[in-house]
Amino acid sequence: MTFWHILLGRLTWDSLVFVEAWRNPTISEIIGGLAGGVAVLGAALLFGLITILGRWRYLWTVWLTSLDHKKIGIMYMVFAVIMLCRALIEAVLMRTQQAIAINNPGLVAPDHFAQLFSTHGTIMVFFVGMPLLTGLMNFVMPLQIGSRDVAFPYMNSISLWLTVGGGIMMMASLVVGKFSTGGWSGYPPYTELAFNGGVGPDYWIWAVSLSSLGAMMTGINFAVTVYKFRSPGMRWMRLPLFTWTTLCTAILMIFAMPPLTVATLLLAADRYLGMHFFTNDLGGNVMNFVNLFWLFGHPEVYILILPAFGVYSEVVSAFSSKELYGYTSLVIATMVIAILSFTVWLHHFFTMGQSAGVNSFFGIATMLIGIPTGVKIYDWIWTMFWGEVRFSTSMLFSIAFMITFVIGGMTGIILATPPLDYLVHNTLFLVAHFHNMLIPGTLYGVIAGYYYWFPKAFGFRLSEKWGRIAFVCWVPGFYLAFMPLYVMGASGVARRTQELFDPALRPWVIAAEIGALLLLAGLASLFIQLYVSIRQRHTTRVPVGDPWDARGLEWSMSAPPPEYNFAVIPQVSRRDPFHWQKINNGAYKPADHYRDIEVPKNSMCGVLIGLGMTACFTGLVWHMWWLAVCGFTFSLGTAIARSFMRDVRRTIPAAEVEAQHRRWLETTAAALPIPRHLEMTPENEGLAKWQG
Amino acid sequence: MARLTTEPELRHAGLNLADDPREVREQVESDVFGFWVFLMSDAVMFALLFAVYGTMRHATAGGPGPEQEFKFHSAFWETALLLTSSFAYGMVSLSMKHARGQLWLALWLGITFCLGAGFLKMEIHDFLTMFHDGATPERSGYLSSFFVLVGMHGFHVLSGLTWILLMGVQLAVFGPDDRVKVNLIRLGLFWHFLDLIWVVIFSVVYLEGLSL
Repeated sequence: MTFWHILLGRLTWDSLVFVEAWRNPTISEIIGGLAGGVAVLGAALLFGLITILGRWRYLWTVWLTSLDHKKIGIMYMVFAVIMLCRALIEAVLMRTQQAIAINNPGLVAPDHFAQLFSTHGTIMVFFVGMPLLTGLMNFVMPLQIGSRDVAFPYMNSISLWLTVGGGIMMMASLVVGKFSTGGWSGYPPYTELAFNGGVGPDYWIWAVSLSSLGAMMTGINFAVTVYKFRSPGMRWMRLPLFTWTTLCTAILMIFAMPPLTVATLLLAADRYLGMHFFTNDLGGNVMNFVNLFWLFGHPEVYILILPAFGVYSEVVSAFSSKELYGYTSLVIATMVIAILSFTVWLHHFFTMGQSAGVNSFFGIATMLIGIPTGVKIYDWIWTMFWGEVRFSTSMLFSIAFMITFVIGGMTGIILATPPLDYLVHNTLFLVAHFHNMLIPGTLYGVIAGYYYWFPKAFGFRLSEKWGRIAFVCWVPGFYLAFMPLYVMGASGVARRTQELFDPALRPWVIAAEIGALLLLAGLASLFIQLYVSIRQRHTTRVPVGDPWDARGLEWSMSAPPPEYNFAVIPQVSRRDPFHWQKINNGAYKPADHYRDIEVPKNSMCGVLIGLGMTACFTGLVWHMWWLAVCGFTFSLGTAIARSFMRDVRRTIPAAEVEAQHRRWLETTAAALPIPRHLEMTPENEGLAKWQG
Repeated sequence: MARLTTEPELRHAGLNLADDPREVREQVESDVFGFWVFLMSDAVMFALLFAVYGTMRHATAGGPGPEQEFKFHSAFWETALLLTSSFAYGMVSLSMKHARGQLWLALWLGITFCLGAGFLKMEIHDFLTMFHDGATPERSGYLSSFFVLVGMHGFHVLSGLTWILLMGVQLAVFGPDDRVKVNLIRLGLFWHFLDLIWVVIFSVVYLEGLSL
């Protein structure tokens, strides 16, 4: 054991992708080197830019250390979008590889290709889908229930920074070392020490563990918020649908994250301590991993989809100017889906040797989920029926979701039938199916929600034109990219294949490649949309805060909302409270008297704990034991130190609250109420002209 | 009856909250409720470890099994120590409820700590004896699952002990203020929860293992 060995563990010069690319300059290695270079340069540019602009203090005091649920929500989404860029580019690279590699080695070597699908899946699930939705829920849910914050603002910040830490590890794996080649599900025994001695599976284990710890805390936080922090009169059956789906998602997080933590920790016990949970010898049993993983993995699907169902419920109702049709059935359907999601995990491995009886039980349970989901689709359609439907970007994505998701559900029924599953399991058919669920079920929902709530968060609307361009890219892009995969999968092409050997597949892979490029164009148009919208924000401001004549409490305050959300905690007397306030002339009224409001002070403890745990886990990946110990001690020390702080809240005096509220009421009084057909024009200042 | 109605409202033993403003009461309530939710999540984790243990019960791969390795005596005394420590923590809660003063609080916390530490010492001693016999976690899937399940409980006890120490320091620094009391209630939930898990370990792991 030399000094360097102790200091750097397994880290050597050869671990750097650049060194590898220099020594062995194949196209595959050069692509890897370039990706590492982009990661390093991107980080350097970002840090440089912030330093040159002198914005560190601003960033640190206003954003990074903030405990405000709205800012934490926005940070979650910014982080997720950065990760989305990487994972989508990887997807395009994989499609390009398959388009070229018909009887041809193509661009990336098999090992590199395996890293691509592993990081793509891991990032999309843990560092794109979940943070995007967690961000939305963080921002919207407390506003919807009339609360000033989540139940545990400080824990919220820890959740965020643990998740970001996982993202940092994913990015680091681009530059130093190789990521796992075992897919996003990391099945042993392939990921065991005997077959994979490198750092790859360790990167996967620890990055995913950070995310799962963060998500579990988020679940606790959201559930307690919905249970305990509703404003007076906000009874269960008055909750907005998005809040209902947030609650169900939170419950799923509380119960479904522990199986993942157990799975990754036991795999780590095998790899680090030489135990035999999932090894081939000495009594190890891989089926335990598979069961544990999907015990998490299936509820995870609904963690990713339920919040989007909530978004659609809000969007469809607002842009149809109608009360949500079948509210009660939607609530029941959501709960039923949440519960059923724990009874179907075995359908992920029908082919792994259970008896026919067991398979049929889980097949039937799986198909049952189609019932509540179908109820939802009908409810949304009936909500639109005879409504004043406006085809805004949000609405377009919602409608595209309804059609596309139903198609995905149909192929899901095929996969849920064990005999059919035997034929298409592990083929591109499956890949097509779950993308068919998650792209409309998560991504379209996030885009719809982003467009819908953006004016609330930032005070101006997003460009409708670029929203439509994005729509034209995302929706046909999806069909072009994934319908061919159904065809290929049904004819038996295995998933995760780096090279193909049948020239007849060429038209399909090329179509899929064009689709992938369209999806990339879709992401680009979202960035252009943001840029254009910021440029023209003076013509799209909605300071009054209700640009869509919507119905929930989140629209009843200024846009952007004050940091304490509500000048006075609202009293709720029925469903869609803001809508009824508006038509009964109860909205936009000064309060009788204002009170001091306590809000949490900023705290750097969340950032420090998150980064400390990241250092700890990075140390474990590289066998730098000192770093692991230091990182953990640092996090624990920070948490302990924080528990000794008593002065963690500050008071906003009633006079200030009143002044702010009255200023906003003056803006409101000066604004012109506009009817719905002027919604997209500069006249829309966020004050709706409603029919009484 | 008349006495009962004038009695302060006691939603949680030890927190006499009736005179506090509504916001404080609600905050305390959600703080404690949040910890219950966490315990639920933790219970799922233990349930899964029990399940894994169950499936690996016979995966001894020719290595040592429970018949050779478990000592009934030490499992019994460990149980006794942990259950008594839970009783001692009950006395912490009662001292807090009846405002018996910091000395009593500190005394019972100290007793809880000593009993918990005694449990942990015995458990570590058992583990070391097993290691000495060659019953290490690397030996078989069965032993891996045993050490992770029981070790995870031991790790929780260690965390609990650290927490008790911390609360001792906070009591000395702040006295029993609202935050300290809330955390003492949470610590109590945690400590009793560990007891509960141990009862299951004692029955499912030790009694079942020795009965065959």
